[in-house]
Amino acid sequence: MKILVCISNVPDTTSKINFTGDNKEFDKNGVQFVINPWDEYALTRAIELKEAKGGSVTVLNVGEADAEPNIRKALAIGADDAIRVNAHPKDAYFVAQQITAVAKEGGYDMILMGKESIDYNGFQVHNMVGEMLGIPSVTPAFKLDMVDDSTARLEREIEGGKEVVEVKLPFVASAQQPMCEPRIPNMRGIMTARTKPLKVVEPVGGEAKSEYVNYSKPEKKSGVKMIDADNAGELIKLLRNEAKVL
Amino acid sequence: MSVLVFVEGLNGEIKKSSLEAASYGSQVAQAMGTTATAVAIGDVHEEALAKLGEQGISKVLYDADDRLKQFVADAYVKVIAKAAQQENAKVLVFSNSNIGAAVGSKLAVRLNGSLATNVTELPKIEGGSFTVRRGVFSGKAFADVNLSSDVKIIAVKKNSTDIISNGGGTATVEKLSADLAEADFAAAPKETVMQDTDGGVLLPEAEIVVSGGRGLKGPENWHLIEELARELGAATACSKPVSDIGWRPHHEHVGQTGITVSPNLYIAVGISGAIQHLAGVNSSKVIVVINKDPEAPFFKAADYGIVGDALEVVPKLIEAAKALDK
Ligand SMILES: Cc1cc2nc3c(=O)[nH]c(=O)nc-3n(C[C@H](O)[C@H](O)[C@H](O)COP(=O)(O)OP(=O)(O)OC[C@H]3O[C@@H](n4cnc5c(N)ncnc54)[C@H](O)[C@@H]3O)c2cc1C
Ligand SMILES: Cc1cc2nc3c(=O)[nH]c(=O)nc-3n(C[C@H](O)[C@H](O)[C@H](O)COP(=O)(O)OP(=O)(O)OC[C@H]3O[C@@H](n4cnc5c(N)ncnc54)[C@H](O)[C@@H]3O)c2cc1C
Repeated sequence: MKILVCISNVPDTTSKINFTGDNKEFDKNGVQFVINPWDEYALTRAIELKEAKGGSVTVLNVGEADAEPNIRKALAIGADDAIRVNAHPKDAYFVAQQITAVAKEGGYDMILMGKESIDYNGFQVHNMVGEMLGIPSVTPAFKLDMVDDSTARLEREIEGGKEVVEVKLPFVASAQQPMCEPRIPNMRGIMTARTKPLKVVEPVGGEAKSEYVNYSKPEKKSGVKMIDADNAGELIKLLRNEAKVL
Repeated sequence: MSVLVFVEGLNGEIKKSSLEAASYGSQVAQAMGTTATAVAIGDVHEEALAKLGEQGISKVLYDADDRLKQFVADAYVKVIAKAAQQENAKVLVFSNSNIGAAVGSKLAVRLNGSLATNVTELPKIEGGSFTVRRGVFSGKAFADVNLSSDVKIIAVKKNSTDIISNGGGTATVEKLSADLAEADFAAAPKETVMQDTDGGVLLPEAEIVVSGGRGLKGPENWHLIEELARELGAATACSKPVSDIGWRPHHEHVGQTGITVSPNLYIAVGISGAIQHLAGVNSSKVIVVINKDPEAPFFKAADYGIVGDALEVVPKLIEAAKALDK
């Protein structure tokens, strides 16, 4: 089974977010980048399936060279090889086109992604790729197993419940917890990752369909009003009469 | 030219998030000098559809095909694409739900449109430009995005738009049929299992959320969270470690790696307020924090706070909530 796992390079979950250039650009200064947390679920599940069924796991990132440390990290966790499409990822549509081109070229059985990137919060690339390739996209999935060599069984979350879906290979799916326990690289993984192939390819044309023109931050809260614990019931009254939310 | 809104039903009624999308869509239509049409599929009564007039919808296209009662992405996309073509829709509006965002993303490809998900405000339409504001960096910022294609697709973040009701107009309901083929149902779910919410409120749709963290000490104390939620008509949620250790089901976990909620009121009990937790709740309108540690970081993000032992404070809140006239 050939599995493609798409990983996005995102600011660490604890990062303070700032903007530069008149609020037109995200300020990367001092920001630590990590593999998008949800993508780690996709990656680990892909490796588990490979270990059980044989095959290979390729990781793919659409991004500039500064993403390579995290691509190497994915190799250290257990992917076999990697592809980086050398481009500034302008928007989700552009990224989806690049992933689609790589997927067509490689003939993968399964394309796994994270549910959503924690920076641009799009929740869209997986469904776009499914549509571009004309294959099912099952998102967000929290369970993924093979029923037989050509069929997978997934459970996906919908508001207020879940759906059980069986699809034939090839398909796209996006992962969320509790699909698996994400792995961290061990020493041996880190050593072997250095020599695993990382291929850099140029983007296929591809247009963006949206343009980010400005960033802003939410208004700061005006401060917290404390209520004495002995008089806790007072809170309920304030919520009704002052905040007007009850 | 028109604006098309996709509305989702649940047990015959229209979901609250879809009433928000309809309100959003009709306001966009008004700004563009056109009308808003809704497209509905599956599990929803015709009377409920006609009432969309209150949200400013003039016409509803309804595909009553029984096979569409459960979500089948390819079939839904086909129906909505047909409606979009029939109405010559230039703006398509969805709720940013798992279903809405999925069909919206697929339609962006099929209709060659510009897509913005997680949208928090009405667009600015000036001359030729159409700009929307969307939440980015997990609640830590907003971005203004210019949608340049002829067709624009917007998925509206839940609880970020007021539901308008312009006083009882009714929408006309017309049948729509998209000539669906067997192949459109190839990835249809084998089974759909809805959570037993015990008459409670669904977390993603909730206006009030009562959430518990590790400070509650164990699942045996969760009846406090549940009882307070019941009195307030709230949904229940929890922090990540709480669902990781299995005190609560995973679908209740909110935060950066869980679900994002933006209710009018979020009550956090025994949750420290780690940055990853805040990422999932920081767009809540009012935040209440109950924690025994006055230094807990969550107080910095709160509107109201109580320093105290949850096991003593929450019963007092339940008592006060019972005394409210509803
Ligand atoms: C203005 C702007 C500036 C940006 N600058 C940078 C930058 O400097 N460096 C950078 O790395 N990215 C950058 N990005 C790209 C961004 O990280 C995303 O790749 C892209 O915008 C899609 O985000 P999304 O939230 O819609 O993805 P989602 O739809 O939420 O992502 C779902 C899944 O798709 C996959 N995926 C998403 N993006 C990629 C990718 N790029 N490569 C492989 N798989 C992916 C992941 O599995 C992810 O979990 C920028 C985006 C914008 C809009
Ligand atoms: C990549 C990554 C992603 C993450 N994603 C998420 C996420 O999506 N959601 C999430 O929640 N976390 C997430 N986390 C974990 C997060 O960092 C915190 O560890 C977690 O939120 C802490 O949960 P907690 O507040 O319930 O527990 P704790 O941090 O243990 O806090 C318990 C709190 O309860 C208080 N307390 C104790 N006893 C009482 C009492 N009797 N009465 C009142 N208060 C009491 C304590 O003072 C303390 O503040 C993530 C972490 C990482 C690294």
